[in-house]
Amino acid sequence: MDNDSKFDGESARVMMKELRETYSTGKTKSYEWRICQLNNLLKIAEFHEPEILQALHSDISKPEFESFVHEIWLIKTSCKLAIKELKRWMKPEKVGTTLVTFPSSAEIVAEPFGVVLIISAWNYPFLLSLDPVIGAIAAGNTVVLKPSEVSPATSSLLAKYIGEYMDSSAVKVVEGAIPETSVLLEQKWDKILYTGNSKVGRIVLAAAAKHLTPVVLELGGKSPIIVDSDIDLKIAARRIISGKWGCNNGQACISPDYIITTKDFAPKLVDSLKLQLLKFYGEEPLKSDDLSRVVNSNHFNRLIKLLDDDKVSGKIVHGGQRDIVNLKIAPAILLDVPEDSLIMNEEIFGPLLAIVTVDRLEESFNIINSRPKPLAAYLFTNNKKLKEKFVGDVSAGGLLINDTTLHLTVPTLPFGGVGESGMGGYHGKFSFDTFSHKKAVMYRSYLGDASERYPPYTTRKLRFLKAVMNGSFLDIFRAILGWP
Amino acid sequence: METGYLRELRQSFSSGRTRDAAWRKSQLRAILRLLDENENQIFQALQRDLGKHPIEVYRDEIGVVKKSVTYALSCIDKWMAPKKNQLPLLFFPSRAEVRPEPLGIILIFVSWNFPITLALDPLVGAISAGNTVVIKPSELSPETSAFLARTIPAYLDRKAIKVIEGGTDIAENLLQQKWDKIFFTGSARVARIVMAAAVTHLTPVTLELGGKCPAIVDSLSATLDLKVAAKRLAAGKWGACCGQACIAIDYILVEQKFSSALIELLKKSVKRFYGENVKNLKNLSTIVNKHHFNRLRNLMEDPAVAASIVYGGEVDEENMIIQPTILLDPPLDAEIMQEEIFGPLLPIITLDNIKDSIEFINSRPKPLALYAFTKDDAFKKQIVAETSSGSLTFNDTVIQFVCDDLPFGGVGLSGFGRYHGKYSFDAFSHEKAVLHRSFYLELEARHPPWNDFKLRFLRFAYMFDYWGLILLYMGLKR
Repeated sequence: MDNDSKFDGESARVMMKELRETYSTGKTKSYEWRICQLNNLLKIAEFHEPEILQALHSDISKPEFESFVHEIWLIKTSCKLAIKELKRWMKPEKVGTTLVTFPSSAEIVAEPFGVVLIISAWNYPFLLSLDPVIGAIAAGNTVVLKPSEVSPATSSLLAKYIGEYMDSSAVKVVEGAIPETSVLLEQKWDKILYTGNSKVGRIVLAAAAKHLTPVVLELGGKSPIIVDSDIDLKIAARRIISGKWGCNNGQACISPDYIITTKDFAPKLVDSLKLQLLKFYGEEPLKSDDLSRVVNSNHFNRLIKLLDDDKVSGKIVHGGQRDIVNLKIAPAILLDVPEDSLIMNEEIFGPLLAIVTVDRLEESFNIINSRPKPLAAYLFTNNKKLKEKFVGDVSAGGLLINDTTLHLTVPTLPFGGVGESGMGGYHGKFSFDTFSHKKAVMYRSYLGDASERYPPYTTRKLRFLKAVMNGSFLDIFRAILGWP
Repeated sequence: METGYLRELRQSFSSGRTRDAAWRKSQLRAILRLLDENENQIFQALQRDLGKHPIEVYRDEIGVVKKSVTYALSCIDKWMAPKKNQLPLLFFPSRAEVRPEPLGIILIFVSWNFPITLALDPLVGAISAGNTVVIKPSELSPETSAFLARTIPAYLDRKAIKVIEGGTDIAENLLQQKWDKIFFTGSARVARIVMAAAVTHLTPVTLELGGKCPAIVDSLSATLDLKVAAKRLAAGKWGACCGQACIAIDYILVEQKFSSALIELLKKSVKRFYGENVKNLKNLSTIVNKHHFNRLRNLMEDPAVAASIVYGGEVDEENMIIQPTILLDPPLDAEIMQEEIFGPLLPIITLDNIKDSIEFINSRPKPLALYAFTKDDAFKKQIVAETSSGSLTFNDTVIQFVCDDLPFGGVGLSGFGRYHGKYSFDAFSHEKAVLHRSFYLELEARHPPWNDFKLRFLRFAYMFDYWGLILLYMGLKR
């Protein structure tokens, strides 16, 4: 970013003024504007694939395949869904009214909030920037996107193409790091959506509190997998690996963080994982192109510290080789980690998979429930009772049985956290809803005005009122006639 | 360290009993019994706290909560049931659902003006959703606060639902604890404090605030319509807690040429409903305390404001009564037009053209409620499309509050989050996404090592181009 054009308080004020003026013209509310913007956004994903792939490769050595599947195509489908459904989403929802308000009609009208701020993350820098933007635009807002500075190539790609393709009086990108983000957070937004960690999530929420701005926080946590012995082990192992190392090498908010399985089954599971890892990434995973690197040296050192923790030395049963020059760590499995080790007390967000063993699988529920609520929780089993207990007892943003991470791609499921893993959600129509204010509208007529509503208050009026509110026609009748 | 009462609530929650449909229904029924068996006590408490007439109490408090409970009881099984969601064929065989679950321990802050409704209506939602609850009534309505503290443990599960009375220091202490949700009704000033406190534990909040709720009054030609409109406007200003309501009309916007006719009609309604002499007013609530009494009196003391009073303006300090007062065009920069009035003073602002009301309203913070009296359909559409508010009601006031199918909540400075009806259940639930997959039909293309074939496969898959997929498999497509 050009040092001369620093984004400071004054720049922010000017920008906010422009966005508010744009919003007050009403143009972003029109269906035509929203569809046009969504189509333009789609063009970015369709016409610039090579540059996007290159940026993602530069930022995090993301395998082309993952970049296509997890970023570009998810954005394309999200955009296409919004384009297809927008008319329906924008339609007011008629609601029923009761005797108490008779005669009346009522509806719920979706309207944009106004000016929204989207703060994105570095691990899926294309997806996590544009997916919320799709929702914000579909809902008719003006938008400021702040991509993560930890993924600078994608950040500047977004700044360039959003500037080229989108209505720049309404959709803007502000690049930068902590100073720029702080300046943004001082402004008065109508809604903020933040994706990232809970430490910064708290900073965002505190800033929002000053202006009473509603917030969506998409955070993370330690997403556990409970693995039963009654499963198809080969398929389970492959799905676990895909969800863990096949998603940005473990650097994903819903990556499986740790496994809980029985002491008896653990060796079989480890063997199957090792076998499938070999098939996926070969003998020298550090040389595989199908694995992202660790994003930067900060995170690299953090992960090494987890591996080198005294409490887990001797627990590494597979992998863990490191290439400090290329910031790569080979997929690592640690077996029987103690619950008070470092690796079990922070979100791993990397290619280390910890396995905790228990005597009976039922103990796993206590382990999970004694920890902060995660963004996702997984269970592999064919046992119906276990599935029911899992769905009933485990609280997480989302649950997935017999697979990993896939629920993120289902547009009819809300994606968001609970407790420490966040608040609010989006995806599909939930994106439209999260960036809309649903206004209650009631239409009354002048007919049928009941004098019983008004003073002077009398006992008879009280009887009538009680009858109406309790919905009892007989009582209403009796009250009107003055019968006891 | 967790306090004793919180530990007890967590234990109750972990025991799982609050999740049981039977428990939730029994608690809801207990609320109904509480109201039925203590009606006179409630009338008395509200008479003492706010001088409310029993009809107001029934209409705005007891009746509202009973209606909410009855509605919840009839719907709760449906609300609790997991909602099955559609899945694209690509995911076959899979099953997707959204399962609502309780958040855990809820803190409800109650405002003083509707001390029964604003405590029990959110409670109905929290219980329906299966949570444990702490209610913190307002110390400014002490009789009702004491009533709740006495009766709730007597009727409801005292290890799961608690009332904690007290003032600011108690509230501050409560805010330091870890809650799974905070539901706050009150002013924007205190809301900022609540939301800032919620940051520590990333607690989601619902803020039901207020604002200056305007009423647009278009020229109405039919006499009957005018009369009805005037009654509804009067009721919407003074009929609920003497203007001390978040959705009470704050000020009226009307065309200049129509203003005197409107004022005459309003005066008529006021005299009929409440009387004329400030010492002899009936059916009108009192001002809650000295602080607000003085605040309201000071609003009238600004000379330019005092000069604009066209009716009323008298006060009875001993009995904490302020006469319904109508002002015509007080200065727009006077405090009465800058702050939420929350009292019986009604400014009438005249405009050259009623359509200017839209810009007037849009240049101010978004209100909780917006009212418009008009029969002009085009104007109605314009108001709906061009203004923003928590709710919008045509040709009536306040009544949207009792429609269970309409969400009740604010936007912008009037708050965020909503409740009533199913929205109450949702406000206190986490909607958990659940995807069930099986081991059959494994899509090998998802797994590394990656190659061109897998890439093409997924290309078609992502477009849900099943025909393309089949052809690819048959080697017919490149």
